[in-house]
Amino acid sequence: MSENADPADIFRQESAELLELLEQALLDLERSPGDRDLINTAFRALHTIKGSGAMFGFDQVAAFTHEFESAFDRVRKGEAAPDRELIAIALNAKDFIRSQIERPEEADAVIGVCILADLRKLVAAAGVGSPPEVAPARPAEGTSEPSTWRLRFRFDKDVLVNGANPLLLIDELRSLGECRATVDCARVPALDEIEPDACYLDWDVLFTTEHPRSVIDDVFLFVLDEMELKVEPVAAGETAAPAAPTSDAPSTPVHAEPAAGASEASAKRAGAKETSTIRVPAERLDEMMDRVGELVIAQARLTQLAAAGGGAMGVAEEIERLTSALRDAMMGIRMVPFGSLFGRFRRLVHDLSRDLGKEIDLTTAGEDTELDKTMIERLADPLVHVIRNAADHGLEEPEARAKAGKPKAGRISLVARHAGAEVLISVGDDGRGLDAKRIRAKAEEGGLIAPNAVLSDAELHQLLFHPGFSTAKTVSAVSGRGVGLDVVKRTTEGMRGSVDVTTEPGQGTQITLRLPLTLAIIEGLLVRVAGARYVVPLTAVEECVELSAADDSRSKERSFLNIRGDLVPFLRLRELFDEPGEPDAHQKVVIVTAADTRVGLVVDQIIGSHQTVIKSLSKLHADVPSFSGATILGDGAVALILDVPHLIALGQAREMRIKASAPEFA
Amino acid sequence: MSDVEPSLRQVLMLGLAGEVFALDARQVREILDPVPVTRVPGAQSFVSSVLNVRGKVIPLADLRVRFGMPPASITPDSRFIVLEIDLAGEPTTIGIVADKVYEVTELDAATLEKAPPIGMRWQPEFIAAIAKWKDEFIIVPNMKQILN
Repeated sequence: MSENADPADIFRQESAELLELLEQALLDLERSPGDRDLINTAFRALHTIKGSGAMFGFDQVAAFTHEFESAFDRVRKGEAAPDRELIAIALNAKDFIRSQIERPEEADAVIGVCILADLRKLVAAAGVGSPPEVAPARPAEGTSEPSTWRLRFRFDKDVLVNGANPLLLIDELRSLGECRATVDCARVPALDEIEPDACYLDWDVLFTTEHPRSVIDDVFLFVLDEMELKVEPVAAGETAAPAAPTSDAPSTPVHAEPAAGASEASAKRAGAKETSTIRVPAERLDEMMDRVGELVIAQARLTQLAAAGGGAMGVAEEIERLTSALRDAMMGIRMVPFGSLFGRFRRLVHDLSRDLGKEIDLTTAGEDTELDKTMIERLADPLVHVIRNAADHGLEEPEARAKAGKPKAGRISLVARHAGAEVLISVGDDGRGLDAKRIRAKAEEGGLIAPNAVLSDAELHQLLFHPGFSTAKTVSAVSGRGVGLDVVKRTTEGMRGSVDVTTEPGQGTQITLRLPLTLAIIEGLLVRVAGARYVVPLTAVEECVELSAADDSRSKERSFLNIRGDLVPFLRLRELFDEPGEPDAHQKVVIVTAADTRVGLVVDQIIGSHQTVIKSLSKLHADVPSFSGATILGDGAVALILDVPHLIALGQAREMRIKASAPEFA
Repeated sequence: MSDVEPSLRQVLMLGLAGEVFALDARQVREILDPVPVTRVPGAQSFVSSVLNVRGKVIPLADLRVRFGMPPASITPDSRFIVLEIDLAGEPTTIGIVADKVYEVTELDAATLEKAPPIGMRWQPEFIAAIAKWKDEFIIVPNMKQILN
């Protein structure tokens, strides 16, 4: 981070995180309304936004958040229950804060006023019928009669270093009632052992106030993790000078109710501290990735030289080990867990459920699965489309579900997991499943396929991803316009991934995105076609077979291989790439696969596996569809990387043509 | 120098199929001895290959194709000239092939003339100007048009 970063930017960044936290807490709260931890988390997030908002000059944000906080305080005090309606308003309020921070010109103050009015109405209605100003008299919480408390608190030694100021806290107490404070200096060490920035003092305060007990916790809200606080009620006549702190008089437990939540949260935070994080601008990572990429290439050259010369082999191996470790570490830095993305979808599903009038349960698994950061960002939009589709088209109306004997709440599951060098992200629903007949009818109507064309289920499902294709009978606000799924396909393929669909009529549909772990370096299979070398991404390679002389000669008219009973179309890369001359005697076929479709690529030689650092091709080659990029080989030459989905599409087109011209063949 | 004498422009002179071309020296990044290149099947014929320049994969353009000159093979005099050109708002590094590189020199802007619309073998939009240098006519190509 540059040293002259705009403080307002820091606030924006921090508040974005806090708002996310708030949103998660609110959504969780909807499911478990009684959870005090969640209420406290939400409250804390609000409080921090308010505080730092005021500090960085976001006065409107601070003012609105303050009102929001006051209303929400009634929830915290247990005077209003966080029901569905309240959560919905609170989420709106959170959105409003976000727009106030990010796009202040769009955040109309009137909206804020309305949201607050709704919020106040709700918490008032949900409460015991008294306006928030007059807190209901609950003996345990405090009364409007003055009551006296004895507070003993002891701070951690490094509380000052962390920015808290005990004197200010006592001043704050003083503003709430009468205070008599005595200091206990028992912990102060000998002069030569004193660390000037450590706090050695303990306090004993007699505090008389008309406010309820909870104000005490409010004062210490942000230092509770770093202190011990004992609060005990003192009977009216007993306001003598505080006893010497040596007394071991029985006292109420250290942690009052709100403090319990706080301490648990603090335990979590302590755990988080151990794996401290640092923000690094993405460009720096990209730059470092480039350097590591170059190192990998240089190392490959070194290995080649050492193998030829002999002497340096040991050094070359050592450097190889270091390089690959460095590469893995570098990749690791770029990885972020999927959970960061899942969070957003909870809100989406919440809103979809409301808009569509369908009850939806979202289950997620594999939040820890890690994926390259840039990929996670690019995946957000496509996944929104898939989830919308699942909610709108996949899940039936409540009545239809009841008729089918399914539980009232539809289920959408979001799962991320590793499978080899790929990451699979599945969005599943337990809805009606895809209607193959309707897809076919629509495709024929739209001229996408010839009437009565023979298509496998997988091929039929792929039609869903065609631009403008939609089987929805009506267009809703949510989906049905036929834009969306094609975005999913395009984005996934842009990252060298693929999309699979599995469906069971009446049981549901599952859409799975298969993605490589990273965009920067892949394992490749190096092949030779005539004099040129090409890289096939290894994740797409299923197997390699020899092209038999019989297949070779027969294939003049039909280019099909028989792979264990399946007919697999094949492409001769020599022909495709216009290489003149005769092919090698023993040609090989690399069977590649994407989205359950296989195509064979005929090459002259398979050289071996190759660690491929991907370089993009320039704009001048943007019109060349067969290649997705290039890489630099150990000898410094450039090899092109084959674009497997494109080649498969070519193979399929050829297959379709052959099937169309010879129907009996299928 | 062009700061002092705005009428003079620094250019790199290169030979191609018997003609002399002048490239704006500010565009030139480096001049390389020929290295093996990789053909890109399916690419347009004037950018038929790519090469590795310091870890970057850049396209190699052949001006001969654009100017309808006969193809020629690489000779000991051949050079690859690496240029940085703004293509559609994006700085793009490309290489071009030259039969021979002469020198960096100054062209007097006063000697620049617009290409005559008729009487030329070449497409006029590929030529930014015709200039005179040592009693010879030289071509200042319009690289943006050529690569478009």
